[in-house]
Amino acid sequence: MIKVCTQTFDHKDPSSIQTYTKLGGYSAWREILNQQTPKSQVIGVIKDSQLKGKGGAGFLTGLKWSFISPNESQKYLVCNSDESEPGTCKDRDILRYNPHSVIEGMLIACYAIGASVGYNYLRGEFIGDQWKVTNNAIKEAYEHNFIGDNILGSNVSIDIIPLIGAGAYIVGEETAMLESIEGKRGMPRIKPPFPAVQGLYGKPTIINNTETIASVPYIIKNGIDWYKNLGEGDAHGVKMFCMSGHLNKPKVIEAPLGTPFSKLLDECNGILNNKKLKAVIPGGSSVPVVKGEVIMDTPMDYEPLMKIGTMLGSGGVIVMDETTCMVSVLERISRFYYAESCGQCTPCREGTGWLYKTLVKIRAGQGNQSDLDLLNRVANQIEGHCICALGDAAAMPVKSFLTNFWDEFEYYVEKKQSMII
Amino acid sequence: MIHDILSENVRKEIDSIRSKFPHDKNKSSIIESLLIIQHENRGYLNEELIGALAEYLNVQKIDVYEVATFYSMFNLKPVGKNTISVCTNVSCMLRNSDQIVEYIEKKLKIKIGQSTKDNKFYLKDEMECLAACNGAPMMQVNHVNYENLTFEKIDKILDGIKDD
Repeated sequence: MIKVCTQTFDHKDPSSIQTYTKLGGYSAWREILNQQTPKSQVIGVIKDSQLKGKGGAGFLTGLKWSFISPNESQKYLVCNSDESEPGTCKDRDILRYNPHSVIEGMLIACYAIGASVGYNYLRGEFIGDQWKVTNNAIKEAYEHNFIGDNILGSNVSIDIIPLIGAGAYIVGEETAMLESIEGKRGMPRIKPPFPAVQGLYGKPTIINNTETIASVPYIIKNGIDWYKNLGEGDAHGVKMFCMSGHLNKPKVIEAPLGTPFSKLLDECNGILNNKKLKAVIPGGSSVPVVKGEVIMDTPMDYEPLMKIGTMLGSGGVIVMDETTCMVSVLERISRFYYAESCGQCTPCREGTGWLYKTLVKIRAGQGNQSDLDLLNRVANQIEGHCICALGDAAAMPVKSFLTNFWDEFEYYVEKKQSMII
Repeated sequence: MIHDILSENVRKEIDSIRSKFPHDKNKSSIIESLLIIQHENRGYLNEELIGALAEYLNVQKIDVYEVATFYSMFNLKPVGKNTISVCTNVSCMLRNSDQIVEYIEKKLKIKIGQSTKDNKFYLKDEMECLAACNGAPMMQVNHVNYENLTFEKIDKILDGIKDD
């Protein structure tokens, strides 16, 4: 079993700086400071490693870093620990079991982009556990002078600062997060300008997901080829897959990108109570659902999942067995986006409400055939017409559920009850 | 007057929150400060507290009010002392989270979104996924996770919470 971001997980006292350094932690950071490695070289390594953003968008991390505006003197790094995409529970484990990898990754990222401050923004609901671990780890790293002024006598000074939210899914969108750090409602900004040019407080800012940041020290330490070769087949690198739903043993698995879905399923001891697999949402509730038989042999990687009409997203793999009523699941997903729409763009604010209310109506046995067309029409009118991706995230499930399970929806509006007994 | 509303302890914490941000970016401290203030005020905020924070941070009252009304962890009405949030998103729903909510409603004799008569519990109408999908069904009680819930487990957890 390969271990990158999960390296400390099985050790005693996994979150302590002693455990982390014993396993070679902070050696990448020391090396950069000792060698005074040119920033462009650090960015180059991350770029060539093919490390992609693990929060959902899958954008090349090194490329994102290279967009940082060289003109301004004040720049920021933000680590996005607002994990809240339904079905996703990986960053919570990194934050509580390997917090120093996040700190070291943030330090290296700050160095590479020339930022003197890095903020780690945790979702408010992490206040009971991850928030305490993060604060404690940062304190330890300051005490060891891995963070702070004149770090290890290098003349490099960087501060890493933890921040906490207060409950809002939308803040996971990178520009909404910047608004939230500025102390405002979490409403996404129109892009361009992109944060790399004009971000936090109007200064150039790079925002990366927790798992992405936590991968950085390991790549710097072990090299480009090491990371690339961790992937299976044509894939590069690894990913944490959050296996949930109808499984005998739901769990978070760090596995090579390109691992076939069937292998992940085996790792979880198969479908709960040996029922048959019906459907899978492979990347958090925003991505299209696919039928079980379609995904079974598909390598879990960006391209192969695109080919079967879905996405890798955040790696939140939601597994549904043959007893699942797809109408109920879609109703629940639509409720979420309706509740979490920030209300800024009319198509999303109004459209998510229409989607949810129409599904409630169908589930109450009061729907008819025209409601199914209405769902598709509303989804099409939201998609691509909003400032951020939340609207698309609400529309994609609706369209894919209808496409893949049309007969189930039709049955519901005709017979006024679920096809699943 | 502001010193009567925000305790010395709270003001000290707010000062330390302010040091996280550039000196002229007072608004940035609003969210974390409100969490501290709400915690000290038995779990909810009111206009007086919102006004006091605005004054202390030297920002407009509307700036604080906007934040207090946008984020779901802020309560603008009194709620029960212990907050229960049951995750009911897809992964938990597939593992019968709806029955978990129903069971707690019956046990505490309240509906979701309400507090118990003795003000001991508040059953929040949680909309968010609480990021513990591999431990479904799950709930947070005062932001501590309890996973792989069963009815017996719920009894043990809730009955174990002391009256004060």
